[in-house]
Amino acid sequence: MIQSRPRTPLGYLPILLPAFALFAFYVVPFGSMVGMSFFHNLGGGAYEEVFTLENYARLFSPFFLSVLATSFEVAFLVALFAIVVGFPFTYLLVNARRGTQVFWLIVMLSVLSLSEAIIGFAWSTLLSRTAGIGVLFEALGLTEKAQSYAPSLGAVLAGVTYIAMPYAVLLLYPILSRIEPDIEQASRTLGASPLRAFFNVIVPMHRTPIVVSFVMIFVFTLGSYLLPQILGRPTNWTLSVVISDQALLQSNMPFAAALSIFLMTVTILLVLLVTLMNRKGAKA
Amino acid sequence: MIRTSSLTRRTLLKTAGAMPLALAAPSVLRAAGDPLKVGVYGGYFQDSFDSFVYPEFTKATGIEIESIAVPTGEAWLIQLQQAARAKRAPADVSMMATVSIMRGMRTGLWATLDEAAMPNVSNILPTLQNRYENGGLAAVGAVSWYITVATNTDTFPEPIGSWAELWDPKYQDSLGLLALVSNSYLLEITAKTFFGGTEYLSSDESILEVLAKVAELKPNTRLWYRDEAQFEQALKSGEIPIGQYYHDVTGLAAADGFPVRSNFPKEGGLRESGNWAVAGVSDKIDQAQVFIDYMSQPSVQAMLARNLGTAPNVARESMDLTDEEFAAVSSEIEPVVPRYDLHFERTDWLNQIWAEMLQA
Repeated sequence: MIQSRPRTPLGYLPILLPAFALFAFYVVPFGSMVGMSFFHNLGGGAYEEVFTLENYARLFSPFFLSVLATSFEVAFLVALFAIVVGFPFTYLLVNARRGTQVFWLIVMLSVLSLSEAIIGFAWSTLLSRTAGIGVLFEALGLTEKAQSYAPSLGAVLAGVTYIAMPYAVLLLYPILSRIEPDIEQASRTLGASPLRAFFNVIVPMHRTPIVVSFVMIFVFTLGSYLLPQILGRPTNWTLSVVISDQALLQSNMPFAAALSIFLMTVTILLVLLVTLMNRKGAKA
Repeated sequence: MIRTSSLTRRTLLKTAGAMPLALAAPSVLRAAGDPLKVGVYGGYFQDSFDSFVYPEFTKATGIEIESIAVPTGEAWLIQLQQAARAKRAPADVSMMATVSIMRGMRTGLWATLDEAAMPNVSNILPTLQNRYENGGLAAVGAVSWYITVATNTDTFPEPIGSWAELWDPKYQDSLGLLALVSNSYLLEITAKTFFGGTEYLSSDESILEVLAKVAELKPNTRLWYRDEAQFEQALKSGEIPIGQYYHDVTGLAAADGFPVRSNFPKEGGLRESGNWAVAGVSDKIDQAQVFIDYMSQPSVQAMLARNLGTAPNVARESMDLTDEEFAAVSSEIEPVVPRYDLHFERTDWLNQIWAEMLQA
């Protein structure tokens, strides 16, 4: 890595392009969204560029707060499942043969290439009464009559976790692959079973990466809006669904912007809180 | 407004043969250079127009058409409005949902059309002619379609005679309904079914009363769908055996051998329309008027009914549709007509109370 600072102003040239791109494609659109959230909506995509707080006043209602709660509930549960399943899976993966590792990583990456709409329809078919596991359960005698398992909260969680899993694995893989084999061997020589070694040594050792991965998946999942619509009942629709409705169907851009900023602010506060708690916990 | 691309017929490629045309295009139009840009909803709908409507029109009038896929929802209206500010017209003629037409009228987006230049427009039902406050014509009904009660006949062999049956407890957790106040029109349907008509939706109190009646459908509703395909698939398989759906698409599925039926309830199907409007900044208003005039002929409306499955916007008697052909796309029962005025004026409020009812 080059440590020295450029000697001439010209030496800074290479960072100008990314700096400009960051400003043009991130700061400007975001700033215009913040500005938009204070405009007065005229309907039909038109708005007046006058300062008003009406959009923010409207969102502090029991309805939007309960939708926000639903969003957090879905994101929290998905992040939880993704970590609970993803962590042991990744741990097994890093200890597997090279070929097996490559195979599973390719599978995980391929999931990312799928369209959310396809995933939604696939899950709704899988959870249906007429063509999915309902039929299977009936044939196996587990249920008396085939049932449908979608739309429901469970179906939403299954679909979104399916998308979040690869992220969990890809986040944890580099960290877990750096574990020294000696650590597990040491705990084994001290008499711990593999399961005990995993829970008492490996998991606590990775407390921080687990929390960080959890938070990242949580934030990533907050944005999902298609799967809750396809796989959920209206009570499972997230704030992102409401935002897309406002923007795409009702063309109320100022209110959609205010809702987005509201969701983002609450998320940032929550992430800060978790990070802070994690730090305190690590010190204690 | 979610309505997209499901208007199609397998008979698409058979193409309606030559149509009788009493239309003589002035040679000046024939000579015009650029094609007339016409926007309709993308997908099958646009394919249908491309395959047999536009070629016949060009043959009859000499006016070339450039076909444009128009995005659904309000997106196209916003694009047109922004383009108009820059004095551009991404399309000369667009097919728009009625509420979008009204929104465009408020900003004077649409050209005032010259009725004297379009004698055939008088065939179009007066309710489907959208006028500015000064009486000027802003948009003309293009095609209509019905939302009816669709059933899976394997599960429910008997026809459904009334919208009121949707409230029957025996259908618990088995309905599919459109999810939005602006595309399900369940307020209108409920008002006509239980409160004497859509006029009942005249005050906030009565709207909330009707909304409470709609809320009684929640235990019966399995799926509140936004995407047509989602319900269609579930209906065909019997996963969700009953619900509101588009008459024409249900008919198509039935003709393809799926066990489905479209039932026209005694209160009438919900009738919705797309409208032709011309961008005010267009420099092809004359050609656009020739196009709208052409599309308003009873013979063309009948041809659309046969080939696209759309409900005609002209009087039944003026067309040569057989009873069977007419029944395939429409009904003599007085339809439930959306309260477009309400959806236009109270958009935010209606959507808010609707969402609160649904997501509570």
